[in-house]
Amino acid sequence: MAEKKRIDEPTGTETVGHEWDGIEELDTPMPRWWLFTFYACIIWAIGYTVIYPAWPMISDATKGVSGWTSRGALDAEMKAQADRTAPIRNAIGATPIEQLSNDPKLLQAAVEGGKAAFKVYCVQCHGSGAAGSKGYPNLNDDDWLWGGDIATIHTTLVNGVRQPNNDLTRMSIMPAFGRDAILQPGEISDVADYVRTVSHQQPVTGARQRGAAVFAANCAVCHGPDGKGMRAMGAPNLTDAIWLYGGDKATIVQTVTNSRYGVMPAWGPRLDAVTVKMLAAYVHSLGGGEALPTATAPIDANPAAAENVQEANVASK
Amino acid sequence: MESLLLRSGAWFGVALLALFAFAQTTETAFAVHMAMVGSAALLVMWIGLAKTDYLAVLNGLIKAPVDQSKYDDDLLRWGVILITFWGCVGFLVGVVIASQLAFPLLNLHFEFTTFGRLRPLHTSAVIFAFGGTALITTSFYIVQRTCRARLAFPGLARFVFWGYQFFILLAATGYLMGVTQGKEYAEPEWYVDLWLTIVWVAYLAVFVGTIVKRTEPHIYVANWFLLSFIITIAMLHVVNNLALPISPFSAKSYSLFAGVQSAMTQWWYGHNAVGFFLTAGFLGMMYYFVPKQAERPVYSYRLSIIHFWSVIFLYIWAGPHHLHYTALPDWAQTLGMVFSVMLWMPSWGGMINGLMTLNGAWDKIRTDPIIRMMVMAVAFYGMSTFEGPMMSIKAVNSLSHYTDWTIGHVHSGALGWNGMITFAAVYYMAPRLWNRERLYSLRMVNWHFWLSTIGIVLYASSMWVAGIMQGLMWREYGEDGYLVYAFAEVVKAMHPYYLIRATGGLLYLSGGFIMAYNIAMTIAGKALRQEAPMTETPYDAAQDRPIVAAAAVAE
Repeated sequence: MAEKKRIDEPTGTETVGHEWDGIEELDTPMPRWWLFTFYACIIWAIGYTVIYPAWPMISDATKGVSGWTSRGALDAEMKAQADRTAPIRNAIGATPIEQLSNDPKLLQAAVEGGKAAFKVYCVQCHGSGAAGSKGYPNLNDDDWLWGGDIATIHTTLVNGVRQPNNDLTRMSIMPAFGRDAILQPGEISDVADYVRTVSHQQPVTGARQRGAAVFAANCAVCHGPDGKGMRAMGAPNLTDAIWLYGGDKATIVQTVTNSRYGVMPAWGPRLDAVTVKMLAAYVHSLGGGEALPTATAPIDANPAAAENVQEANVASK
Repeated sequence: MESLLLRSGAWFGVALLALFAFAQTTETAFAVHMAMVGSAALLVMWIGLAKTDYLAVLNGLIKAPVDQSKYDDDLLRWGVILITFWGCVGFLVGVVIASQLAFPLLNLHFEFTTFGRLRPLHTSAVIFAFGGTALITTSFYIVQRTCRARLAFPGLARFVFWGYQFFILLAATGYLMGVTQGKEYAEPEWYVDLWLTIVWVAYLAVFVGTIVKRTEPHIYVANWFLLSFIITIAMLHVVNNLALPISPFSAKSYSLFAGVQSAMTQWWYGHNAVGFFLTAGFLGMMYYFVPKQAERPVYSYRLSIIHFWSVIFLYIWAGPHHLHYTALPDWAQTLGMVFSVMLWMPSWGGMINGLMTLNGAWDKIRTDPIIRMMVMAVAFYGMSTFEGPMMSIKAVNSLSHYTDWTIGHVHSGALGWNGMITFAAVYYMAPRLWNRERLYSLRMVNWHFWLSTIGIVLYASSMWVAGIMQGLMWREYGEDGYLVYAFAEVVKAMHPYYLIRATGGLLYLSGGFIMAYNIAMTIAGKALRQEAPMTETPYDAAQDRPIVAAAAVAE
């Protein structure tokens, strides 16, 4: 086919002369801005590959004149961050957990650090608001299985709950009364009714009082004769409205029948000591934190600060 | 007759092999697939041997005009129908999984409907089923007309077309049954990969064969792009899927690459699937349909040469930008980034050539809904190819990587560029393939345009905002030097944007349904819809001159 160059009327540009299925091409020069931007990108690219590691050689790649490496950049950023927090972390590390509340600034820093660590390690079970869910305790209330002063919380965190090969771990085993045939289904139903009466969910009736005897014989040893629980055994208070697994009849029957065996990792070997301390301070600050038992409490150097913490706790409830 | 006997024997052999594998395997999914392979082989054999010409019966069903043109267009009519069908399927699954992200309950606690299995179904349905069928169909349409030649190897062309559809079926059913090799955009397992390789080599043969037997002196630019797409995809597909099955009777295989090499191969593949499948191939579509619909010459021949060679040279090196700040060596990350930035202008060369082809016909944007779709497609192509190089810059990537910004970027490209240009091509081809005066309704095209456009805007803008918010929340440090947000808090903050995204998807899907109705009515040959007129590019049968004989006379 002969070349049929012509001037395109609307644009005044010459065509190249080719034609395919009616399609022609104009011989418009490349837009200057386009071409120069393209050149600029290429020149920039060459410069960039001189500055940064880029060109593969036989055994290694060019390092770049800047000496930049992604690992080096990460190390520098991590170090800058660590340097920034080092003084306060060192101070927290040097302060015994019982005395943390004596220095409000230090305590505040520990709570903030604990809050951040909590969002990484704890929210998966306890929720981002620490409100827990079925099987995972709410940490905002003042109901504690093992105790709610800062030192006890710290011990729980360090050693975990029901961790094997750890003598200090929080360990309690409620018998599976139904599964192991210690109690008959009727007795379990009765005792569940009884538990619901002591927790004021059901009115007291004669029939429901049948469970009282079962409770006294089987449960009171850990949960106490009045069902108020016993922290030394990790046995929950059954008379309040707070339930780890649920306070309805069916759930209580299931708990008594099969028992429960919730676990928490021992954070001591997993995290550094300062982070665990900060976590303890954060959990203690959430609302239910209790004062240290007076017998072991050190001489309070700053009673006003401790009072402030207590007031803050009350306010946040 | 002998060749028929040979072919039937071959298909029978395939069926026997499939039956053997079916009997040997202990895996349900593999057994289902072998049953599908066996049935398909027997069906093909039976169609070949039967006295009735079932293909003619099928073509009667879709009212295909007989010998309407001298071009080999039978397959392309099926192509138009299947593009429309796969588009609607892909968009629908997209809306479903977008809703699952907003409301996890919609996973339905049923293994076949979990997000993990539906997500590859969605991506493959839109990229490979919708996009791939569009590429095969339009490439056969374009190559014949711009080479003024019928398809080389018509039998092989049929094998390519239907073989590719069978690949889609195997891949899609595999995802639902949990068969995947876990590589993004390369999920199908080894036996499906082998099948696609055979189909793809046949595709290359048909395409190159048609170019070789052309009666035009030069090869049109659209065919450069389409050929580069076919060749590169063959290379990418073969290398990335090098794997060893654990047994010939198992669906499971292990990649030949491990660790960072595997990651690098995967993203060399993944990025060039974008570069050559979704860019080069679709640029080929743009270079044919835009000048045809606008009835204007291509803006600049020189620009098309430079941007073609620079695009295909630069794209292939850009993959490492998917692996910034990973175990990939720094030098490879640097190269991935600088090649991506250099790719900016070559990509824009395509946008300029597409948009400026309208020089002298700008008024059509106001009056011709199909032109409007093309312009929107090219505009989104330009935006995505600016956004892409920007996101490949390490400093930007450290914020955008792993966030929904990436999802927004992909969808502005896929919905805006690939979707819109495909819709325009379908609207262009349908009346011409069925010998109709014009589409059933141009007003419906207009509706489709606006629904899609608003859908894309909702989708892309919500994902930009969500992605940037996500990235900023992840890295937010408080005054005391500690991270501020828990991961779950970031997830919670995404909810409203997920709702906006799902709404955008729903609009896009409804546009797809309108297209399906419009195309169905056009095929049915119903009287044109009574509506206020819009500009059209009327089908002129005389202009469509395949006329191989006449061309010979002209010489």
